[in-house]
Amino acid sequence: MVEVLTGTFTVKAGQAQMLKGGVIMDVVNAEQAKIAAEAGAVAVMALERVPADIRADGGVARMSDPSMICEIMDAVSIPVMAKVRIGHFVEAQILESLGVDYIDESEVLTPADELHHIWKQDFKVPFVCGCRNLGEALRRISEGAAMIRTKGEAGTGDVVEAVRHMRSVQDSIRKLQTMPDDEMVVEARDLQVSLDLLTKTREMGRMPVVNFAAGGVATPADAALMMQLGADGVFVGSGVFKSGDPARRAYAIVQAVTHYNDPKILAEVSKGLGEAMVGISVKSLPDEELLAARSR
Amino acid sequence: MEVGVLAIQGDFAEHIAVLGKLGVKAREIRLPEQMASLDALIIPGGESTTLSRLMTIYNLREPLQKMAAEGRAIWGTCAGMIMLSREITEQDPIPLGIMDIGVQRNAFGRQVDSFEQALNVTILGPDLFHAIFIRAPVIIRVGEGVDVLAALDAKRPVAVQQGRLLATSFHPELTDDYRFHSYFLELARGNGSSPNVQKAGSESGSSSDSSGNGPR
Repeated sequence: MVEVLTGTFTVKAGQAQMLKGGVIMDVVNAEQAKIAAEAGAVAVMALERVPADIRADGGVARMSDPSMICEIMDAVSIPVMAKVRIGHFVEAQILESLGVDYIDESEVLTPADELHHIWKQDFKVPFVCGCRNLGEALRRISEGAAMIRTKGEAGTGDVVEAVRHMRSVQDSIRKLQTMPDDEMVVEARDLQVSLDLLTKTREMGRMPVVNFAAGGVATPADAALMMQLGADGVFVGSGVFKSGDPARRAYAIVQAVTHYNDPKILAEVSKGLGEAMVGISVKSLPDEELLAARSR
Repeated sequence: MEVGVLAIQGDFAEHIAVLGKLGVKAREIRLPEQMASLDALIIPGGESTTLSRLMTIYNLREPLQKMAAEGRAIWGTCAGMIMLSREITEQDPIPLGIMDIGVQRNAFGRQVDSFEQALNVTILGPDLFHAIFIRAPVIIRVGEGVDVLAALDAKRPVAVQQGRLLATSFHPELTDDYRFHSYFLELARGNGSSPNVQKAGSESGSSSDSSGNGPR
């Protein structure tokens, strides 16, 4: 008998590795999903409202209607992701049964559990989780996340928080590179992570799983900025479909992520994109409206 | 020898890391002018629709086809295999038509159906090769002059070779087993002759038994 293994961490993390150098776009219907795929998105995130609208509407934001997610799964051949509330493992069970390709346990939705995240190791479907720093990232990986993204500040079109979070992660990893063995225990304690995982991170010299940027990316330049800061790829939430010409902007951001180190190409793809999403400066938001602070 | 890895999207860094461990410093290739001096190129795993779009916009199709026509070595893994094929079962993406194979994308289902399985690959020796299949394609037509290097069963080849062209449904770059990369480098150096292996449809094509064990 040949042993066939499914749902292993290798295939979960491996799917994220195939998304590297790509753009994952938020879409709210099959039509938008097709535009995203046509523009060269590596995956789409199916949700009822993009973060900018969730922010504007207020109230409780939950998992999307399964029928809408299925419509999107039928419309495109690229991977389809969908969001569940932090700690809401039943929403995750439902999405897994639909056959979504990746679940985002997301602070953009209203958390269902303020203490515990989902125990993701028990699922066959892989999870991506947000982080503000290395400690949050490694805790999510311990729980079973196979991919990490910065939280940024979703639905603002302001990249400042994504930059802060990416720099924080990279800075912590650089610090590990020169850290003597006898300081690792205290570092693990301070970050509230296991020594094993921290040691592995030091050995790898990078986040142990694929690490995308998310939360506030609105332009090709924003996307390239995040790539130059060390992101493996980029999520664009409200930035595409809240702009004047979504198809064109989507196409431009895809090219910007591939050619993130080539300013001439970046200049070319940035031309004539029309209106970017209006945006909200994160500084103008009161603390209670900050989504990134919703989990630790 | 100059080896490149197409770096427009996908797990190109993983391929470059493996090649590095084999003592080859591979270059990231994003534009046609970077390809002229290459002896060999790998098209990595990724999303084939994305690869197809970017190949078209940045005029990479013709230089890739030229490389193959000149007998330089090219290897495609997963999405890379889809791009090397002559035809696929869908309208999109548009393959390069370099290898005489037909391919079906996402042949095993969605991500929850992705799997790992040990494969018998005769050209790599007696030890099984641990193969990782992620939303993987499968080869549904094998042309004349294409050799099957490995298969799940008689009807499902997952690794093929045509001269100096190589294609695998799975991802050797995600493992610590470097035999496939070594084999490709030998091909590129001109040492890899046509493999003496089974043709598609033969009984010996599958790993240890051929009872049609695919993913569940």
